[in-house]
Amino acid sequence: MENYAVELKNITKTFGPVVANKNACLNIRHHEILALLGENGSGKTTIMNMLAGIYYPDSGEIYVDGKLVSIKDPKDAFDLGIGMIHQHFKLIDVFTAVENIVLGLEDKEKKNIRYAEKKAREICDRYGFDLDLNMKVHEMNVSQKQTLEIVKTLYRGAEILILDEPTTVLTPQETEKLFNVLRNMREDGKAIVIITHKLHEVLEISDRVTILRKGETIGTVNTAETTAQQLTEMMVGEKIELNIQRDLVEHREKRLEVKNVTVINQEGKKVVNDVTFDLYSGEVLGIAGISGCGQKELLEAIMGLQKCEEGGSIIYNSTAHGVHQLVGLTTKEIIGFGLHLAFVPEDRLGMGLVGNMGMTDNVMLKRYRKGSGPFLHRQQPQATAAKIKDELDVKTPDLEYPVRKLSGGNVQKVLVGREINNKPTVLMTAYATRGLDINTSYAIYNLLNEQKKKGVAVIYVGEDLDVLLGLSDRILVLCEGRVNGILDGRTTTKDEVGLLMTHRKGA
Amino acid sequence: MDYANLLAWITSAVTFGTVIMLGSIGETINQKAGGLNLGTPGIMMLGGMASLTGAFLYETRAANPNAFMGVLISIVSTIVICGLAGFIYALLTVTLRANQNVTGLSLTILGTGAANFLGGSLMKLSGGVGQINVPITSRAIRASIPFLSEKLGFLSETIFKFGWFVYVTVILAITADLFLNKTSVGLNLRAVGENPATADAAGINVTRYKYLSFIAGGAIAGLGGMFYVMDYTKGTWANDSIIEALGWLAVALVIFTTWKPRNSIWGAYLFGLCYWLFLYVPSGINAVLLKLMKIDRSTYLQNLYQMIPYLVTVIVLIFVSKKKKRENQAPGALGVSYFREER
Repeated sequence: MENYAVELKNITKTFGPVVANKNACLNIRHHEILALLGENGSGKTTIMNMLAGIYYPDSGEIYVDGKLVSIKDPKDAFDLGIGMIHQHFKLIDVFTAVENIVLGLEDKEKKNIRYAEKKAREICDRYGFDLDLNMKVHEMNVSQKQTLEIVKTLYRGAEILILDEPTTVLTPQETEKLFNVLRNMREDGKAIVIITHKLHEVLEISDRVTILRKGETIGTVNTAETTAQQLTEMMVGEKIELNIQRDLVEHREKRLEVKNVTVINQEGKKVVNDVTFDLYSGEVLGIAGISGCGQKELLEAIMGLQKCEEGGSIIYNSTAHGVHQLVGLTTKEIIGFGLHLAFVPEDRLGMGLVGNMGMTDNVMLKRYRKGSGPFLHRQQPQATAAKIKDELDVKTPDLEYPVRKLSGGNVQKVLVGREINNKPTVLMTAYATRGLDINTSYAIYNLLNEQKKKGVAVIYVGEDLDVLLGLSDRILVLCEGRVNGILDGRTTTKDEVGLLMTHRKGA
Repeated sequence: MDYANLLAWITSAVTFGTVIMLGSIGETINQKAGGLNLGTPGIMMLGGMASLTGAFLYETRAANPNAFMGVLISIVSTIVICGLAGFIYALLTVTLRANQNVTGLSLTILGTGAANFLGGSLMKLSGGVGQINVPITSRAIRASIPFLSEKLGFLSETIFKFGWFVYVTVILAITADLFLNKTSVGLNLRAVGENPATADAAGINVTRYKYLSFIAGGAIAGLGGMFYVMDYTKGTWANDSIIEALGWLAVALVIFTTWKPRNSIWGAYLFGLCYWLFLYVPSGINAVLLKLMKIDRSTYLQNLYQMIPYLVTVIVLIFVSKKKKRENQAPGALGVSYFREER
């Protein structure tokens, strides 16, 4: 029998009535990068959390280097040389990098700050990390934080590294850098697991792939012997079409004319800087950019949620509502013209939906003014909620079940479904498929495309460049709040977009 | 204002300041571990009562009560009772995940009520004649430091004239500051208050840190009540709940110091000065103010003066949040219960 670095056997874990993992098995080798592939809610993060000591399995066995172990908390995991880099970084914002590194250590020598600084620098040099150890975490960008997480894990002597969706927040260039570091670590003999749902990354970096579906292990294949199509089928359990239907709508008219829009945030920084673009009916305008470079504020400015600085103008033009200057109008009036925004924040619930309310009440939030008299009319919203539930296949026990308790994907379906149901003329979505599984993502892309064919002007802010390139008619690239270029979605390349995202023209 | 008056003002300010400082050191340790313990004023009341009860029982029962044992018993009973109160807070908010604000407030109501109730009982125990009194213990805690308080002339008259416990408190503040900022245990404790999930993932036992911090915080805050009873009221009890009022000032002081015990050393005395300001404002100014505000009772003015510390805290809060310096903000997970498997 081969001695694996880690072997998980028949792991089962439940949260109340929800089964996260059921008899899942997988094994990890040294000198190897294993990709753990699965849709959202397939239990891939949960099973790794059990290895990292965050959760404890209900049943099943874990072997490390051939020995049966019991991992009760994260400390046990460190002692076994297992380190996990979570999707949401586990860092203390107000501490410096090196303070974060020594956090929680008990070894006399290792918890010494000066010693840690020296050792961490050695680790950086060895694998090619670029990190300022005395920088406070809240001053770092995402890529630096991730680097710190990896250095921290290595400092603790991890031989087995687990990375949970490491590339979601990175630009293509940063991803490339990360992959190089991972390859260096593989050469060094580490066992590496990356949890992901991005197929092209699996094919690029991994040696083997283990696929999970609904908490169960479907199988393990060698990357060199597989294809994207095969992996998808194993992941989803059925054959699905991976192409986004992108039709060209012939008749288009100018719907929005955004001119010189500037938004200054509370700290006095220009988060949206002199942005000018046009938006046509019957098109999907993709907006690309690294996170936090003005996408959110730009959309909010259009909706009247952010104050536009002097000199900005947003002209709205539709046959149904006529021509209007949107700057200076209230959000309520703008919604009245048929502009709708579906923004999915990182925590998915923050904006748009009230977590403790059910679907019906959340649908009602946007239409309660339409009733008359002091009492709420629940029948119509209820019917709408039921319709959304059926059409988008929202998994909820009933319409009044708090949306907070639904899984992330279902929450997003409710949000996007509600906005589409309001028959918009302009539909703006930001991160609509954040963290969604393939099936649901494609369902949402198709919904957006249907809207486009109906003559709706669609803005799609996204993180995944492959999707942006496949979905958008035009791509607007934002960089530090400025428009850094508007590209044709049919002819441009990922590298071109990636470069515009990070390097400002003329700067 | 003449020199004697100024000195008297400073003396009262240092006494009350010491009570406030102890409360705020305890509360800071609580808050740095993520516990907004609004029970601190009540815990301080309990501390005062526990120290008095302990010393009283010792002085009345022992054949030959001596000062050292009196002080020891009084401090130990304070630490035990207030540590227990901290434990109750930890049990409710950490293990049972009760709301921190509600738990804290009920603890204050409970502590204040229980202390005042026991104050009555103690008087019964002492035979019902006049006040209960623990002269030996009280005198020992008020004792000033030999040499320093006698032979240094002006310094003895101003800086070193107070009871030894005042200086212990200052040392405690410095120690707490060094502990929080310079030791690895302190680093871990702050991590628990900033982001328990992160601390947990780093292998820190969040539950243990919270329990120990809340217990230690309660015990230290309780010493404030002890000092008030032994020093200011000289080992007697009055059902006026001034300790509770000082306890709220201690909670305010935590914000005022931007969660740094070293700042509480001057902050607490400043609060003490503000508290007693009404007694030392020249009567001329009072008269003008009374006229300006068209009020006829000078006690009303006193209430206004006593608002000053809170007002200052509000101003500091505005200032701090305007500056947006991350290091001066409240701990990230202050007031939030942590449950590892919450999804």
